Amino acid sequence: MEDGRPIFLQIAELLENSILDGTFPEESQVPSTNELAAFHRINPATAAKGVNTLVDDGTLYKKRGIGMFVSSGARAKLRGRRRDEFARQYVRPLLTEARKLGIEPAELKSMIDTWEEGR
Amino acid sequence: MSAVVTVTELTKRYRGVTALDGVSFSLAENRIHGLLGRNGAGKTTLMQILTAQNFATSGEISVFGQHPYENEQVLSRISFIKESQTYPSHLRVTHVLRAARLVYPGWDEEFAQRLVDVFQLPRGRNVRKLSRGMLSALGIVVGLASRAPLTFFDEPYLGLDAVARQIFYDHLLADYTEHPRTIVLSTHLIDEVSDLIEHVLLIDRGRLLLDVEAEALRGQVVTVSGPVAAVDEFSRTGTELHRASLGGTARVTVRGDFGPAAHDRARSLGLDLEASSLQDIVVRLTTSQNGHATGSAAAADKKEAVR
Repeated sequence: MEDGRPIFLQIAELLENSILDGTFPEESQVPSTNELAAFHRINPATAAKGVNTLVDDGTLYKKRGIGMFVSSGARAKLRGRRRDEFARQYVRPLLTEARKLGIEPAELKSMIDTWEEGR
Repeated sequence: MSAVVTVTELTKRYRGVTALDGVSFSLAENRIHGLLGRNGAGKTTLMQILTAQNFATSGEISVFGQHPYENEQVLSRISFIKESQTYPSHLRVTHVLRAARLVYPGWDEEFAQRLVDVFQLPRGRNVRKLSRGMLSALGIVVGLASRAPLTFFDEPYLGLDAVARQIFYDHLLADYTEHPRTIVLSTHLIDEVSDLIEHVLLIDRGRLLLDVEAEALRGQVVTVSGPVAAVDEFSRTGTELHRASLGGTARVTVRGDFGPAAHDRARSLGLDLEASSLQDIVVRLTTSQNGHATGSAAAADKKEAVR
């Protein structure tokens, strides 16, 4: 696991990523706390905390005695939340770096268009 | 969650040396605790006192709600694996395991045999003829298979290579998950165990420096670097632990409450921000106590160069 950020947040984020990319479709079962702990070599209590974060916000739900499942509508909800974070995480540092290099916003936009066309 | 161990104002003085100086804490049940600190910090003394192998000079201790001295009820529930465990020299590996089976009520013979295979221990060999690493592995087998409700591992891996240590961690984690119990892991190899431990006790020169959840510690210490003015502006929000400067550039390690907002702030100030690992945090905290002297900084920087 990466340093400096609480591991339970990283576990929650990994599960979110797998839901977003379709690895865990809605209504499918996600790995158990113990499986997550063993795989990532982390304390089971920490893994449980990560899973519970997603239970608390409704992304996952518990089936008693069976396990954890992805809620319906979880994917769309996660996508909305991640879009809000996108600006903060990616656009802002992009603009900071661009300013440092004297790249004007208009120039930046045309750079993005060029890259998009070249794809 | 109930406390398995409670320590109040524990002090231990050897002739002229204060090994433990008014230490107070408690250990919650069924967690993995990391007992960290430099050599001579007092870790082993503390574990010896908790396991009734040493006497306190003053202060109170309680283990499973009782005093451990000559208390079979308490001691049968404790397993203490020491850095340099010695066995009577005529014993073979199988004899040690048989003795352990008699001593520990929770002993799992099948698990012990499986671990012996995993660590490739020669069952018939005399313990005197075991290599340093094999002796450590034998201690680990006993410590894990005893399934004691309170298990201490005091630097259990002298001579063990990285592969064997990983085997130890994986089995510790798997067995702890199946059979939750209170584990105290004393180690210098902090990076290796930082994801395993739930709670951190940091001892430095007999004093308790940290008694905190491992997760709470993550992200508490960061290193920012960039133009001096911007670094100063950022580091005002915390306690400075270490500083290095070169011309107009500075690199400062700060302790504080750093969430995602602090990362954004560093970024908007044009600073590079790097979160410290648990090991870095321990190094900074146990060296900065000597003042911000160049000597301590040099020791920490040497560690950085090694990474």
